[in-house]
Amino acid sequence: MFELIRANKRRSVILVFVMLLVLLALGFLIGAAVVPSVGASRVDYRGDQASIQPGFAFDPTGGFLGMGVAFFIWMIQSAIAYFAGGRILLSISGAREIKKEDHPQLFNVVEEMTIAARLPKMPRVFLIDNMALNAFATGRSPDNAAVAVTAGLLGKLDRDQLQGVIAHEISHIVHRDVLFMTMVGIMLGTIVMISEVFLRSLWYSSATRRYRSSSRREGGGAQMILMVVAIVFAILAPIIAQLIYFAVSRRREYLADAGAAVYTRYPEGLAGALEVLARDNQPMENVSRATAPMYIVNPLNKMSAAGLMSTHPPLQDRIKVLRCIAGGVSYADYQTAWSKALGKKAGSIPASALASKERAPLRKPSGKSAKAARRRMREAGDLLRNVNDFLFLACVCGMRVKLPPDFKKDHVDCPRCKRTLQVPVAQLAAIGAIGDQLTGATASPAQGKEALTVTRHGREWMSFKCRCGAMKNLSPSFTADHTTCTQCGRSIQIVQG
Amino acid sequence: MIVLVALGIIVGLGVLLFLWFIGIYNGLVRLKNAVKNAWSQIDVQLKRRHDLIPNLIETVKGYMTHERETLENITKARNLAANASGVGEQAKAEGQLNQALSSFFLVVENYPDLKANTNFLSLQEELTSTENKIGFARQAYNDAAMQFNNKIEMFPSNIVAGMFNFRQAEFFEIEDEAERAVPKVSFS
Repeated sequence: MFELIRANKRRSVILVFVMLLVLLALGFLIGAAVVPSVGASRVDYRGDQASIQPGFAFDPTGGFLGMGVAFFIWMIQSAIAYFAGGRILLSISGAREIKKEDHPQLFNVVEEMTIAARLPKMPRVFLIDNMALNAFATGRSPDNAAVAVTAGLLGKLDRDQLQGVIAHEISHIVHRDVLFMTMVGIMLGTIVMISEVFLRSLWYSSATRRYRSSSRREGGGAQMILMVVAIVFAILAPIIAQLIYFAVSRRREYLADAGAAVYTRYPEGLAGALEVLARDNQPMENVSRATAPMYIVNPLNKMSAAGLMSTHPPLQDRIKVLRCIAGGVSYADYQTAWSKALGKKAGSIPASALASKERAPLRKPSGKSAKAARRRMREAGDLLRNVNDFLFLACVCGMRVKLPPDFKKDHVDCPRCKRTLQVPVAQLAAIGAIGDQLTGATASPAQGKEALTVTRHGREWMSFKCRCGAMKNLSPSFTADHTTCTQCGRSIQIVQG
Repeated sequence: MIVLVALGIIVGLGVLLFLWFIGIYNGLVRLKNAVKNAWSQIDVQLKRRHDLIPNLIETVKGYMTHERETLENITKARNLAANASGVGEQAKAEGQLNQALSSFFLVVENYPDLKANTNFLSLQEELTSTENKIGFARQAYNDAAMQFNNKIEMFPSNIVAGMFNFRQAEFFEIEDEAERAVPKVSFS
């Protein structure tokens, strides 16, 4: 496993280096092309010198200046991405951290995969407020990693499939893909930004520059050639950088799939999940081209073919490879399945991983039923409403009525049995749940009301009427010595008799 | 003079040998602690499972009045596993507990009311998860044990291991009868 990380690191360093060269070359060319023509007196003087002396006298000052500027922009962006990248990504996608009580199964699955991947610490778990099916991982190192899944994903996938998806994300964390993809993504962003600014400024200032260069003829041909080269490179550089970036992104998706198969020992889990994901056509919100490679499937264009410009390999290919794994799981098995399924020899797995002899037997699926699917969907919806501060009201008919946090009335009709349900306004105000919006409704404040004292015998069910007329029930499990009336907010003392 | 040089060389060699010896010893201790650490990972999960089972029995008792034997089997296997000591014995006891639990979950299929009980469902989820965690932690433990055992057996570390009485770590293999059994296929 460490071998794998090291191989990944080496490859990343080379790639970052190539991208950096592209970036610096771009900065140099643009700097060299722009600076002498800007019209600063010092440069003008040199330009005159160049025109006096016959032939080509190249002055690299502008070039180095451009390089410096490009490097500086990149450094600042990288620093921001390194220290706040995870937080930015999480907040852009509208993810919220959840606790174990919110969704025990998701937590358990993340914990299982943490153990399987031997991470030192369990990543934090986030829920994306969205019914589309997707997931991503962030964090520059396993110590501050986080996984985020959409509510839709929790609703649609069964346990094994969810485990496959989480394993894929954990595998991204283990392989340090998140840090790497962020860093390279930032570099790509810088290259695109610089070229764009250059080309646009050229477009807008072309008229004045043409006038100036024709009137003075400083620099002459040399400057002209430099300009053309810079323009061509400014057009080409983003394309080159993107090709590198996307190619690596696709490779890493395959590697993460392989990792998922190894960790879960059940490739069908992820394969099934990808199949469900492929069928889903809910659009994902709040995704930009920059954050797209972080997700398990491309949230922007899921069905795109194996184009050079796609961040993820086609889903069909990924499913095919996973389904071809037979006998046992290891990185070598994945590689075999890969060439068998896609008919290509080129490997997506570093040789060091293939050499490892670890091979685990396949696992059996855990049971599933159609009824469970419905329940899961309902639970995911409830979870989403729960984190969004919805209020749940239980009706006698068994229906659970869900009220949005901005619900303003103090009663609601059950949609199934048409009974009128009272919203426990006073109680909510007391615990400050949705309070502010509701207290103004019709609830009379609890203050200034005489407390009620009730005598209770033993621990049996007990019913009594509050002074306001509302019925109050105490269950055998109720043991406190006081409570409040849900209607009027009066405090009720319970005396054991 | 020559004697002094020779003495110096001998002393130098002795010091080198001693340092090398310390290195090997420390390596062995490190591996042994890795095994211990990996085992404690499993142990946490095993304990958690043993704690969950009484809750499970308590929850299903009301529903499954006719399955007294199945429930008693689980309790027995659970108590055996909770009191087991040593890796090998523990593994055997856990295997029995696994079997008792899997036959229990087969029976559950006949009780739709129970399957709709939220308390039962969350217990089932916790049990499934702890079982998975044990499985994944087992892999890590066995890898660590293998590394340690290799070091103990291989030259020259086996000399140091013999001197300080390092003993081989046991592998943790849970016998899964269901996996061993040949499935019956009938075409009638």
